[in-house]
Amino acid sequence: MTESATHNTHLPLSDAEVLRIRNDFPILETEVNGRPLVYLDSGATSQNPLSVMEAEQEYYEQRNSAVHRGAHTLAVEATDAFEDAREVVAAFIGAQSNELVWIQNATAGLNLIAYAFGNASVGKVSEAAERFALTAGDEVLVTEMEHHANLIPWQELCRRTGATLRFIPIHDDGTLDMAAAATLLNENTKVLSFTHVSNVTGVINPAAELTAMGHGVGALVVLDACQSAPHLPLDVKALDVDFAVFSGHKMLAPTGIGGLYGRAELLDAMPPFLTGGSMITKVTMEEAEYLPAPQRFEAGTQPISQAVALAAAANYLTETGMDRVHAWEEFLGQRLVRGLEAIEGIRVLGPASGAPRAGLAAFEVAGVHAHDVGQYLDAAGIAVRVGHHCAQPLHRRLGLNSSTRASTYLYNTSADVDAFLASVAEVRGYFGVDGTPA
Amino acid sequence: MSSLDSLYQQIILEESKARRGGDLPNDLLAGNDLPENVGQCHQLNPVCGDEITLRIETEGDQVSGIHWAGDGCSISMASASILSDMVVGLNRAEVDALMSNFREVMRSRGKIQADEEILGDAAALSGVSKFPARVKCAMLAWVAAEDALNQTR
Repeated sequence: MTESATHNTHLPLSDAEVLRIRNDFPILETEVNGRPLVYLDSGATSQNPLSVMEAEQEYYEQRNSAVHRGAHTLAVEATDAFEDAREVVAAFIGAQSNELVWIQNATAGLNLIAYAFGNASVGKVSEAAERFALTAGDEVLVTEMEHHANLIPWQELCRRTGATLRFIPIHDDGTLDMAAAATLLNENTKVLSFTHVSNVTGVINPAAELTAMGHGVGALVVLDACQSAPHLPLDVKALDVDFAVFSGHKMLAPTGIGGLYGRAELLDAMPPFLTGGSMITKVTMEEAEYLPAPQRFEAGTQPISQAVALAAAANYLTETGMDRVHAWEEFLGQRLVRGLEAIEGIRVLGPASGAPRAGLAAFEVAGVHAHDVGQYLDAAGIAVRVGHHCAQPLHRRLGLNSSTRASTYLYNTSADVDAFLASVAEVRGYFGVDGTPA
Repeated sequence: MSSLDSLYQQIILEESKARRGGDLPNDLLAGNDLPENVGQCHQLNPVCGDEITLRIETEGDQVSGIHWAGDGCSISMASASILSDMVVGLNRAEVDALMSNFREVMRSRGKIQADEEILGDAAALSGVSKFPARVKCAMLAWVAAEDALNQTR
């Protein structure tokens, strides 16, 4: 950990401290199109601090080897680094280390769960796996605000098993219709899978309440924590979810690594998805027996250096303080929304200013396509996301094909938000749709 | 001119609003039971959701009409508008030549200067070639037109 990342953890984050944090992120010093980079696309992928990159490099310089095989010294050290990383990342979300499975990213994690359920649904796997089996008449319940990654795997699972996919609708302000959720949950609901934080509206779902409602009808509850694990204190035990997934690259770590949490007794009972090396106890030409979790879900050589780097990222966030990160991003999120609301021709998706939201805002610019908005901002060095953000049904529900999204992280300052707002205020004039000649 | 201004030339902004040829009625979107001299193609850019359904009508060797419906960024809509204006009245060989020249310019990453003699108003789209992420936007209508025309051969 570099010196600048040691913080006064009892004080809220401030612009002054964020400026020190930024010293840990060399990429934030780059220029784009001759302008200082204003990076507001962390909801898509975040930047890595030096300590994360150093952890990965240190692993390759000193420990690189295969894990969980081989008796030589390096193999032992690599295995220790790999399993120590698991402990750190599991603790980061309030889990035990045997409850954390390494995955490529949240998409891979949700597919792992859906395919494992699918495997439990075809043929007799074991008595213990029965609880994951779906059949015609069973229901999987998601929400209207899901990222495609928490929708399509369930569509496919339902197609394969004959189960029915249903969804909880949203209100016009993007919040979940909890009354509808209560009606839709019933004794046939076998799976309830929902996002903790919407990647488009910034809505923070009442995860503990929904989980209790899901458990009330006997459903397994899956949490897409992609937009929450990086940004707020996440305790999977306190929420009581059965499964949760998150992506490392959205939380200061490299691509290719993420976490799947599952309650220990569920992971040990669930059939594997990918099979092969490293996940077995005994193999004959006819059949195989599997290791307990997490290894039974980690077939093949794992992303070891990435796991080590993800642990370094979790440490960085913990040392900064997740409550402080969350509070700072709430402040930035409100600043974003208030500023956008003050610009003529802008419609913010999701809750209005003052209402709770994560540190992001997606919006529509009247008369200007999101692609053009993003291009204009890019010319000013401002990186945002444009398009449907992998949430086409949500956009359709809000009457749009696409939107522009600014998403913040702990390294963004008020000045970043203000530079963004100043540029957005120019967009309609540039494209000649504000009534003045272009 | 900044590269942003070269991307969004005045003619592009005007064409994106003019949407010439953008009059394909909803009841023809499905493109059912097309006569032999009519071709129709739907193109979608899954990255940004830009979408176009473009119909080409021919008389003998000539393009006699273009009608499209679409939704997308200013580049994709301006490109469809310019294409519609340019292609009607051309014969197949002329359309092929125009298409291949336009494609070559678009894929050049700004290295090939557009020839206004050949590309006419479409030369104004040459600024797009410096923005690889936007080339698909400019090509959307052209790809649709090429496929639609091929259906009439």
